[in-house]
Amino acid sequence: MLHTFIALVDNKPGVLTRVASLFRRLNINIVSLTVGETEREDVSRMTIVCDAPENAAFRVRASLYKLETTRNVDEVGRSEAVVRELCLIKVAAGPNAPHGLQSRTQVFELAQVFRARVVDLAPDSVMLEMTGSASKIEGLIQVLRESGYEILEVSRTGRMAMRRGAHSSKVMKALGSKAHQTVFDGNEDPDALDPMDSLPNQFVEHET
Amino acid sequence: MDLDVQHTAMPHPPTLTGAEIVWATLAGEGVSTVFGYPGGAILPIYDALRKFPIHHVLVRHEQSAAHMADGYARASGDVGVCMATSGPGATNLVTGIATAMLDSIPLVAITGQVASKVLGSDAFQEVDITGITLPITKHNFLVTRAEDIACTVREAFQIARSGRPGPVLVDITKDAQQATAVFDFEMSKPRAYRPHPMLHSGLGDRNRALELIKQSRKPVIFAGHGIIQSGAEREVLAFAERHGIPVATTLLGLGAFPASHPLALGMMGMHGESWVNHAIQNADLLLAFGMRFDDRVTGNLAHYAPNAKKIHIEIDPSEINKNVKVDVALIGDLKEVLKSLESSLGKQDPTSLQDVGHPQSGGSKEGARGLATETWDQTADATRAWREEIRSLKGDASVRDIINLPDNGHLYAAHVINDIWQEAKAAGRLADTVIATDVGQHQMWEAQYFKHEDTRSLITSGGLGTMGFALPAAIGAKMAGPDKDVWVIVGDGGFQMTAAELSTIQQEKLHINIAVINNGFLGMVRQWQEAFYDKNYSNSPILSPDFVKLADAHGIPGTHVRERKDVVPTVTRARTGSETFLIDFVVEKEDGVYPMIAPGSALHEMVRRPTKDPLLETSED
Repeated sequence: MLHTFIALVDNKPGVLTRVASLFRRLNINIVSLTVGETEREDVSRMTIVCDAPENAAFRVRASLYKLETTRNVDEVGRSEAVVRELCLIKVAAGPNAPHGLQSRTQVFELAQVFRARVVDLAPDSVMLEMTGSASKIEGLIQVLRESGYEILEVSRTGRMAMRRGAHSSKVMKALGSKAHQTVFDGNEDPDALDPMDSLPNQFVEHET
Repeated sequence: MDLDVQHTAMPHPPTLTGAEIVWATLAGEGVSTVFGYPGGAILPIYDALRKFPIHHVLVRHEQSAAHMADGYARASGDVGVCMATSGPGATNLVTGIATAMLDSIPLVAITGQVASKVLGSDAFQEVDITGITLPITKHNFLVTRAEDIACTVREAFQIARSGRPGPVLVDITKDAQQATAVFDFEMSKPRAYRPHPMLHSGLGDRNRALELIKQSRKPVIFAGHGIIQSGAEREVLAFAERHGIPVATTLLGLGAFPASHPLALGMMGMHGESWVNHAIQNADLLLAFGMRFDDRVTGNLAHYAPNAKKIHIEIDPSEINKNVKVDVALIGDLKEVLKSLESSLGKQDPTSLQDVGHPQSGGSKEGARGLATETWDQTADATRAWREEIRSLKGDASVRDIINLPDNGHLYAAHVINDIWQEAKAAGRLADTVIATDVGQHQMWEAQYFKHEDTRSLITSGGLGTMGFALPAAIGAKMAGPDKDVWVIVGDGGFQMTAAELSTIQQEKLHINIAVINNGFLGMVRQWQEAFYDKNYSNSPILSPDFVKLADAHGIPGTHVRERKDVVPTVTRARTGSETFLIDFVVEKEDGVYPMIAPGSALHEMVRRPTKDPLLETSED
């Protein structure tokens, strides 16, 4: 099954290798990995989607924590989170397109339905930009294919994820923030999954 | 120049070269001994050594430097430090670092690196050692600026010794060693140690554990390396006695629980005694203390301890449910977890638990670490039936033991190890004896026949199984404890891998006792070929030099021993002498280690020891 982890790591050279190497050692294939800057200069954020057995999630998370460069690890697969992906799709369309008959207008209509944007227009192709859940992006690609369009190129960023609501106190603590500190009395498991947090990775879109 | 290393912030911190900062930081971390080998890219560091009160042991191969630092760390509990130059020096450390990684040994390896401006250019003796050691270190660093050296080395020490310990490598470019920076030890303090965020054992978990202990009628404690790492020997002993729970030991846990204690079962796993493994298979509760259910311990997982609930106390959360699914996991430092377990226990109704054999203070019997094992109430009835059942599981095991078979005039490795143990015991030196072993048959015989009473008395490569480990590790152990009787027990194959360190022993004028168990074979390979490859002894017979002459070439006296009657006198001669002594024990060539659990077999499906002397049996045929 697919697991989605968010790792907050030190923004230093070599950190990506350590994270990637960990998945290599565990013989787990990374489906997508996005890395970028965060609200803090010294912290990078990684969203890692990997295909691993159901019971592997705990071990992956525990192993990620073991890296000295890791500040926090969150598994958002089972929690309420916004998961998005950016995708660029180049479709053959227009008078000079190889199959001639394919109309741009139809592509524009499809794009509108899927809330994709047309970002480039060439004599024989149209480039679409789309942000959304992976399933929605796959939906657009499928419809394009089934409508007989030739897809020339696809570039996907891989998933990015963020929990809804405020940072947990645990994350703030990991980031070294003085605010939001709560003291656990030892009776409560700060890492325990909330039984309500059982939403799947993919959920209904609330696009604005 | 007189450099005063201070532990308080200095009003006017001195400006030093990077090389000097390395030594000043090591001294500040309490390092007195370093094992290493100089070379081009680390020359500035070696040049600066003369200004510091640190002893450097010159090795004959960098692999040995890592093993020595490892042996030093295992014997003392402190962080071991080794050093090498860039390129081949650094790559030679790799086996030693991996050995430390697999056994969670706190180690700091410092390597020289080519100048930062030529990094990545395939400069002379350049190798990407941080890349190479990434999967075999707990963490590693590349330092390119003198001002980063102090804080990086200090952080390396903190990482090496905190949590689950492990090796840390610091790669320092030559220009960083040569540049200068302001050195302030106190200001270079690493950020506060950040415990693994999953380190916690809630009250609920503890109560579930206590409930399982209460319900159990056939419990077994697994004593692992974590007991020694955590310094929880007393707590485990008290816990076992309080609940009357028998204790089985892993290879690296030997010495964590006194072997002579009435609750001690002995080593479990592939070459564990039959009753220990039968006890595990029949148990209804396993309490795993600081161990990781290695495949050499569990055998076939599908049939492992089928009736047992499992409680796992472990500092590394990634070990939980890795090999064996457990019912309760208490994540944390073993000593702390056991303390909190006992305090939860105190809050409960005292009559609800069979509170047996309450430990009493006093009594300083050797190996009992102050707790009076002789006052432990063996008649306590909570687990009495279980302990009697285990006793019955022994069956004819002792009759089968080679030690108890009539002397047939042949010398067996088991005899040698048994006699080394008996001799140390008779001389009252058991508590001051440290054994370093290599890997293979002799290692298993050592584990079976040397009864370890004391913590840190066995130094052996368990996880990686590194041949050539024993001799350098013993040198490290001797440097850590000059008053100890240090024995190297090593096979004829492994000894030849690092025999060059005999020269290091002489240069350092050390007194180490070397017992070569010489059977003319790579013994464990031969045993597997006998068992699983139709006795096709492919490349397992090994020709050795005359080890006594080899020792003699190094100015080390030695002798061959071929008969049982000569074992004890020679062992005494070696132990009581003033210099290193090598004994070449020429033992039975095709002897096997039993009991043995074949790979893929369940723990109870062991091949027992033969009921009769195999040689006599053959002669009857």
